[in-house]
Amino acid sequence: MRTTVFRALVLVVLLLLWEIATRLAGNTFFPPPSVIVTRMHAMWFSGPPGTFFLTDLAIGNILPSLGRMALGFAGGALAGVLLGLAVGLSARAYDYLDGVLQFLRAIPPPALVTVFLVVFGFGLRMQLAFIVFSIVWPVLLNTADGARSVEPLHLETCQAFRLSRAERLLRVVLPSALPKMFAGLRLALSLSLIVMVFSELLPGTTNGIGFQLTDAYATFDLPAMWAGIVLLGVLGYLLNEVFLIVERRVLGWHHAAQRLVD
Amino acid sequence: MLEIDNLSHVYGGGTPNEHHAIDGLNLSVAEGELLCIVGPSGCGKSTLLRSIAGLIQPTGGQVKVEGEVVRQTPDNLAVVFQDYSRSLFPWMSVADNVALPLRRKNMDKKQRREAAAEALESVGLENAGRKYPFQLSGGMQQRVAIARALAYRPTLMLMDEPFGSVDAQTREDLEDLVLQVRGHHQMTIVLITHDIDESVYVGDRVVVLSKAPANVVGDLKVDLPAPRDQITTREHSDFVHLRAEVGRLVRGHATV
Repeated sequence: MRTTVFRALVLVVLLLLWEIATRLAGNTFFPPPSVIVTRMHAMWFSGPPGTFFLTDLAIGNILPSLGRMALGFAGGALAGVLLGLAVGLSARAYDYLDGVLQFLRAIPPPALVTVFLVVFGFGLRMQLAFIVFSIVWPVLLNTADGARSVEPLHLETCQAFRLSRAERLLRVVLPSALPKMFAGLRLALSLSLIVMVFSELLPGTTNGIGFQLTDAYATFDLPAMWAGIVLLGVLGYLLNEVFLIVERRVLGWHHAAQRLVD
Repeated sequence: MLEIDNLSHVYGGGTPNEHHAIDGLNLSVAEGELLCIVGPSGCGKSTLLRSIAGLIQPTGGQVKVEGEVVRQTPDNLAVVFQDYSRSLFPWMSVADNVALPLRRKNMDKKQRREAAAEALESVGLENAGRKYPFQLSGGMQQRVAIARALAYRPTLMLMDEPFGSVDAQTREDLEDLVLQVRGHHQMTIVLITHDIDESVYVGDRVVVLSKAPANVVGDLKVDLPAPRDQITTREHSDFVHLRAEVGRLVRGHATV
């Protein structure tokens, strides 16, 4: 309770400082937060109740962005989990592929944008492929690591009770890999927001938060540009909170058992 | 029931770290017997148990369970490991842990649930089914592991130092639990322990193993009055005599 109050207090104080500093500076490049928030409201959240107060601009830009991100994240997460399990289940596959995977993971995704443009051209397909490719590695590597570190006695127990391969995979290996898998997924979630925006900054985009950002910059509409930045920050924060709620539900057993060990 | 014929196992054969865990061990266990195998730490007891359970392939000799040579874990054999906390699955409720091995027996969900509940009841945990293993004490977790083995209705139950990591009071309770379930279920039990008193208290027969490479150095029949009781059995003159005998054998000063 105290922590919550102090957290809110810190936020309020920082916002006030920001407001005062920008007002004193009077620089058009740095509008005060009150202006930014007013702009966010006018631009996105002053619509009719029928559309949950979303304006046409919000529906036309925020929703497509979130859609791209959700599709890219889902695709990358699914591919990462499946490939990660496949790699993690075979000690040999892991040993052979580990170097290659680390190499692929180490490439900063923006560096590959030109390659994706060549292969997929401009547009949604390229954006999705770009998000998927960027986030698949942390999920894959973490899942593989998790699948490899199954408690040996758990595996022996499977053997002693003659569980089938499918049972062992679904009921023992997969849950064992979950804690590490979730660490990878959380990383992938924040990464997918970043690459989503990046992919929308590229030519060939006609909507999206990233598109609005470049558009606002091009027309020197600085409050709108800042509105986009703040919106992305808020989205990133909210997505992480939702993810934590899901994680707490799925990994409740793990956290509770961890607490006992500590 | 169980025939062990000239069993040998070498770890890391041909390497400088070559370790002979078992060397030409012979042993047979009759149906319905409760055999305790006792021996000094690191004498290859666990290797022996893993060979019987088909979890490792011995490098020499063979193990037969109900006349069949063991190549993988035989049907109707269940194992209770020492380390309950790492043998139970923490992401499953207690009831699901117990019911999991029943999937390969032709039982539907309802039957599996009933069998699990019955097994939990027989170890005194009828109200713990919905809990998770980490919510239980160590002794209770080991009861769950025993229930999991019982639900499986094995004809042969192997127990690898099952009470090695619980406190003394819990240990006595669990020893009595083994004697009690053994009375209710028709099965052969092989219990491995390094505790001399425990082997005499629980067993119908005690086999003493030598230091590695393990071999049988003593095979004693335990003829103590039933039912056994933690206080009266342990003060019985036969008990005192037997535990001294086993103790000498374990320490390698056999008088017989």
